[in-house]
Amino acid sequence: MSIGNYPLHLMILVLLWGYIYTSWSVMGRLGMVSFGHGAFMGIGAYTVVMLWNHFGLTPWIGIPVAFAATAAVAFVIGYPCFRFKIVGHYFALVTLALSEVARLLIVALRDYTGGSLGATPVTALSGGSGVALGALQFESKSVWLVIVAAFWLGGLWVWRAVDRSMGRLALQAISEEEEAAASVGIPVTAAKLRVTLISALMTCAGGILYAQYQLYVNPDAVSGIAISLQMVFGAIAGGMFVMLGPTVGAAFTLLLAEGLRLAFGNKYPALDSTIYGALLVLFIIYMPKGILGAALSAFKGRGR
Amino acid sequence: MRAGEAVAVIGPNGAGKTTLLRAISKLVAPSGGEIAFENESLRNVPAHQIVSRGIAHVPENRRLFPRLTVEENLKMGAYPVASRKKFPERLEQVFGLFPRLKERRRQAAGTLSGGEQQMCAIGRALMSGPKLLLLDEPSAGLAPVVVQSIFELMRRICAEGYTVLIVEQNIRQVLKVVQRAYLLEAGRIVLSGSAAELTASPQIQKTYLGL
Amino acid sequence: MSELFDIYLLEAVLNGLLLGGLFALLSLGLNLIFGVIDVVWICYAELIMCGMYAVYWLHVQYHWPVLAAMAAAIVLVAALGAALHQFVIRPVLSAEPINQLLVTGGVLFFLQAAATLAFGIDFRNVGISLPSVHVGEMSFSAARLLAFGAAAGGVAVMYFFLKRTYLGTAIRAISQDRAIMPLMGVSAGRIFLTTSALGGALAGLAACLLVLQYDVHPAIGLSFGPITFLICVLGGLGSLVGGFIAAFVLAQFISIGGFFFAAEWGYFIAFVFFIVVMFIRPQGILGK
Repeated sequence: MSIGNYPLHLMILVLLWGYIYTSWSVMGRLGMVSFGHGAFMGIGAYTVVMLWNHFGLTPWIGIPVAFAATAAVAFVIGYPCFRFKIVGHYFALVTLALSEVARLLIVALRDYTGGSLGATPVTALSGGSGVALGALQFESKSVWLVIVAAFWLGGLWVWRAVDRSMGRLALQAISEEEEAAASVGIPVTAAKLRVTLISALMTCAGGILYAQYQLYVNPDAVSGIAISLQMVFGAIAGGMFVMLGPTVGAAFTLLLAEGLRLAFGNKYPALDSTIYGALLVLFIIYMPKGILGAALSAFKGRGR
Repeated sequence: MRAGEAVAVIGPNGAGKTTLLRAISKLVAPSGGEIAFENESLRNVPAHQIVSRGIAHVPENRRLFPRLTVEENLKMGAYPVASRKKFPERLEQVFGLFPRLKERRRQAAGTLSGGEQQMCAIGRALMSGPKLLLLDEPSAGLAPVVVQSIFELMRRICAEGYTVLIVEQNIRQVLKVVQRAYLLEAGRIVLSGSAAELTASPQIQKTYLGL
Repeated sequence: MSELFDIYLLEAVLNGLLLGGLFALLSLGLNLIFGVIDVVWICYAELIMCGMYAVYWLHVQYHWPVLAAMAAAIVLVAALGAALHQFVIRPVLSAEPINQLLVTGGVLFFLQAAATLAFGIDFRNVGISLPSVHVGEMSFSAARLLAFGAAAGGVAVMYFFLKRTYLGTAIRAISQDRAIMPLMGVSAGRIFLTTSALGGALAGLAACLLVLQYDVHPAIGLSFGPITFLICVLGGLGSLVGGFIAAFVLAQFISIGGFFFAAEWGYFIAFVFFIVVMFIRPQGILGK
């Protein structure tokens, strides 16, 4: 059975963004609402592509480098934030600054990164061979589907693990009552940092997947406030307190875009985002638990 | 209450005295019963219109705007449009009653002493030219020396002819200022009468005055 | 000695001052809203974008005289601000603060998309070209000077409004003690609505000034939105004076940084400076 390329592409995108939104919500659901995850995605995408393009370094090396950079940034930002109890509005705005710093850096280094025009990883798929393992480039969408699905499942697993571990009970307490948690001896800062690192690294991996799959990166697509907000909304629209919520959010966003494209053709290019934006506002006002969250609550309510 | 009267509501903590005042000024919604002022029900009057009806409430703990000056706090008291026209005269009146406020008119209200803050809070309420003045625990949190002057003040305000309803913990002092009083316990009036009657009542003497 | 005095450095500093004036106006609206209502309008820059489009539309498409278009734009954005509060913010005022941030973020998305739908992604220019003003070897854009003047005027008007009028005093009071406002005869809801309209009007004024210097396009909010937030937080969220100071400080970083390196580096340095300050004094320069 062969599924057409385009439906495959859609499935990959749903799983990929589902994975990325899930990565965000690992820390988002615990009260650490970051508006800066675009920075981690951008670091992942650009580190790997730049090392490949300029130094011929295989992504197999690029990935650990990207991870290290991400971890460093997450720590440098996270540690002082949690130590000095920068939360809520302030945390959101500091992380927002972070995502913009990343984007500006990418644009400022335009001689290397191509600036706003973006960059393409040099192709290793010449001569008809569809697989370049060393360059982590694959022609076949089916292969990508498997890879992305694996990450998606992995992301859910991590989500569950963080949810289950003792750490989570502590973090729940922390996100609600820091003083009380601290007095019970739970090391607040360490726990928060751990979750932040996990979330950041997962998002970084998402950026790398994006870069290698799309074979094109540009600063606005992988870093900056726009993509950061998109992650927040995707997770929230689907329901960030539920494991599959962010994925539902990703599916919803993409299918909405697709549906509108089919209905209106390309006549109204921004119609899907306009409707999406309006729906987001309505969601937050009337359905703060997101689509899946609200559906589950309704379900549970009826069952009782 | 009758016009020109001074009435006190006394009772232990948690009896509901503050709640009573807050219900009158509609900061909280009464759960039952009727509040009528000048023969009109206050039931459907929203909180921010109570002042224009002529009821001014000096809240517990004074609640001045700390970073506004004394004069600006008094100005807020005259916010209703009808009061704005009378602002200059009323300001002079209040400064006449409280000369210390006039000295400190440009000082930030948060930097005043406890007694001065109480004066300012009462002055602010007077700026609206109220027909009824609600005072919530005016002597609370003040040094004993200051407490004396505050009750002196209350005597003067009553002497000026204002209708005053005072909620107080300091029973001995307040009964010397007012004409009538109610004793509130657990939300219910258990005793009422003239100030002299209540002072003499054995219940009050034993429970509250420690005699 | 004469090598130390670089006329172009002076030009950069002065340009930084002009930029600071504009930033001060931008931060004024945002700080006002936060100080009074305790919400951050993440979509503030997008409101400005709407104002810019309004000027463009009325002047270029309908041939309104520019000043009339600008006046209309200010009124329009003021109305938008009030509507934003009434229909979007009010329902979530009692919810968690993060929901308030997110709902205005949703409006950001919506406005950007709606603008793209309505006007497309092309850069639109209002078509007014103002000459450069030359002082010695330095040259300054007249648009910038005008913007500085108008911004200074706007700030001054706001100052007198807040200090002298009853409404202005009430606006200052409500941020200090919201609960007793009814005792003063003030309806908090009405103050919030008025403040929102005022914040919108300030955004509209900023739009008029920006449209003289920059082309408008749907994503333009992303170029000055983040820096506006940073200025407000740096100065202490809600503090009008703090925002004012921070505006000039950051503007200097950007201008001088841009003078020595490329333009983006100026912004980059400013952002990094912000993050550093956040760790030294999280509540901002004049924050409480």
